[in-house]
Amino acid sequence: MTDPAPPLVRFEGVCKRFGETVAVDGVSLDIAKGEFFALLGPSGCGKTSLMRMLAGFEAPDTGRILLDGIDIAGLPPHLRPVHMMFQSYALFPHLNVARNIAFGLRRQRMPQAAIASRVEEMLALVRLEGLGGRRPDQLSGGQKQRVALARAIAPKPSILLLDEPMAALDRKLREETQLELMALQRRLGMTFMIVTHDQDEAMVVADRMAVMRAGRIEQVGAPREIYDHPANAYVAGFIGETNLLSEGDRWRAVRPEAMTLSTRPQEGARAGTIAEIAYFGDRTRYVVAAQNARLVVSRANVGAPLALSVGDAVWVSHAADAGALVSP
Amino acid sequence: MRRTWAVILAPYLWLVLFFAVPMALIAKLSLSHTVLAMPPYAPRLDLSHGLDGISAFLGGLSGATYARLTQDRLYISAYLSSLGFAGVATAILLLIGYPIAYGMSRFGAGARQALLLGVILPFWTSFLIRIYAWIAILKPAGLLNQGLALLHLPPLQLLNTDAAVIIGLVYAYLPFMILPLYAVLEKQDESLIEAAQDLGCTPLTAFWRVTFPLSLPGLAAGALLCFIPMVGEFVIPDLLGGSKTLMLGRTIWTEFFADRDWPAASAVALALLATLIVPIALFQRQQAKVLS
Repeated sequence: MTDPAPPLVRFEGVCKRFGETVAVDGVSLDIAKGEFFALLGPSGCGKTSLMRMLAGFEAPDTGRILLDGIDIAGLPPHLRPVHMMFQSYALFPHLNVARNIAFGLRRQRMPQAAIASRVEEMLALVRLEGLGGRRPDQLSGGQKQRVALARAIAPKPSILLLDEPMAALDRKLREETQLELMALQRRLGMTFMIVTHDQDEAMVVADRMAVMRAGRIEQVGAPREIYDHPANAYVAGFIGETNLLSEGDRWRAVRPEAMTLSTRPQEGARAGTIAEIAYFGDRTRYVVAAQNARLVVSRANVGAPLALSVGDAVWVSHAADAGALVSP
Repeated sequence: MRRTWAVILAPYLWLVLFFAVPMALIAKLSLSHTVLAMPPYAPRLDLSHGLDGISAFLGGLSGATYARLTQDRLYISAYLSSLGFAGVATAILLLIGYPIAYGMSRFGAGARQALLLGVILPFWTSFLIRIYAWIAILKPAGLLNQGLALLHLPPLQLLNTDAAVIIGLVYAYLPFMILPLYAVLEKQDESLIEAAQDLGCTPLTAFWRVTFPLSLPGLAAGALLCFIPMVGEFVIPDLLGGSKTLMLGRTIWTEFFADRDWPAASAVALALLATLIVPIALFQRQQAKVLS
């Protein structure tokens, strides 16, 4: 089946340099309507520049950005139906929560009554009922994050951009927020694009993601697809943990959970000694020092535990077709 | 323990010695009357007569000078015209100082330092000399009129006019307007402006909706920092103003040195202070808010 719907956003050969540095180097990418898309990569890989070009804060040097099939090159940020949730939240400190949320609606010249009801709706959506009169400095970090989200969603943008939206939250709150964000996106049917350096976050929230390195896209796909079939050694190493085992002139990337640990010699297994044991409750992670390789094995803690300690001799093996063959 | 008390008492001692005592002396002076003697006022406290001396002194004090202040047209016009000069100069300072402070805050870190130095640099020369320089600029055959002549424009008679006083006030107080404004504008988060534009503001509306309201504390601080001392300014109206330029600072000087009417000079000074207590209190509250 072919997809007849044109993409909501299309980047076409987009390049951007800042002085000598090439921030974005020929990126072409489609984002479909209604999808939760993640741009993933280490800091400085160009993911933020790409997002800022879509928001209109930077202009591409070459290439085009199409929104609903229309080149938006000449449109300043205030005319783009694209809203951004800033990493710092950027809440207006002189306005209370309700007026922050109403900010975009007022610019659209929406009638007062409609604004008031939309603000109430947004406060309920992010579970901040009754806090409309608070000042931003009277809110907790998690509450500020939700106000920022409500403010960006309120004017119903075609696409919501989230710039490292959970970077300032502690781990537990971050995990809760990820789930809430997914539920919210599904409920609203809005297109979300998140920029993050946290692969776990991207894997959890995104329908599809792009892994970036040094201004280029290394791979685009669903999290599962990228995890199971990384395009190259870089992607395999960046998304989750991986063992890169040489196989001819290529590498076989095998995930730690696809490796088997045995205390007795096995046909075709690599011999080594246990170098590290880390217990995570649900699983145990072993690092095995084998001949010229450091192998990581993850074992689910079900059934009888392995009586192993650091220094013990072990044999590590994997199914012949485990993981994926990647180019170096 | 004893040392703690010393630390707490030191600032109070300072306040009593250099603020409360002089203020009490001026208040006492304002309740006295003039006499042809040296010093030119009475009554004088004579402690050698004990309690009788004190009661004689207290009996001699009266509020007559203040009554005179409210009746004499001269004092009232000097008072109103001082407020007028300070008000007009503050308004002009805001119009000039805000764009300068805003422009400075938009530059890169290196250029900002250089511009900041440029604002502070005039403080390194004497205030008096800088005001004298304005005489050289504004006098009939001065630099301004030479320049106008080169452009075939008619000369301007500015020196010894109210306009010259306003020029001098604006010139002298500009750094005091720029610095507090620059301080708030410089630390403003750039992402707030981007957020405003992202939500539908043109650069101009983003300025009015976000930058400007967030700079109000600096604007208030700058305005009060200029207005308060300008009301009592003496040197600028004396050097640049005309004989008809009325300002309270000059009135105080005339009463004290020319008319030898020390009680009137003191009463005018206290009336000035009383008027300025409101803006000073506002300024203090603003500063406390900014600090918290």
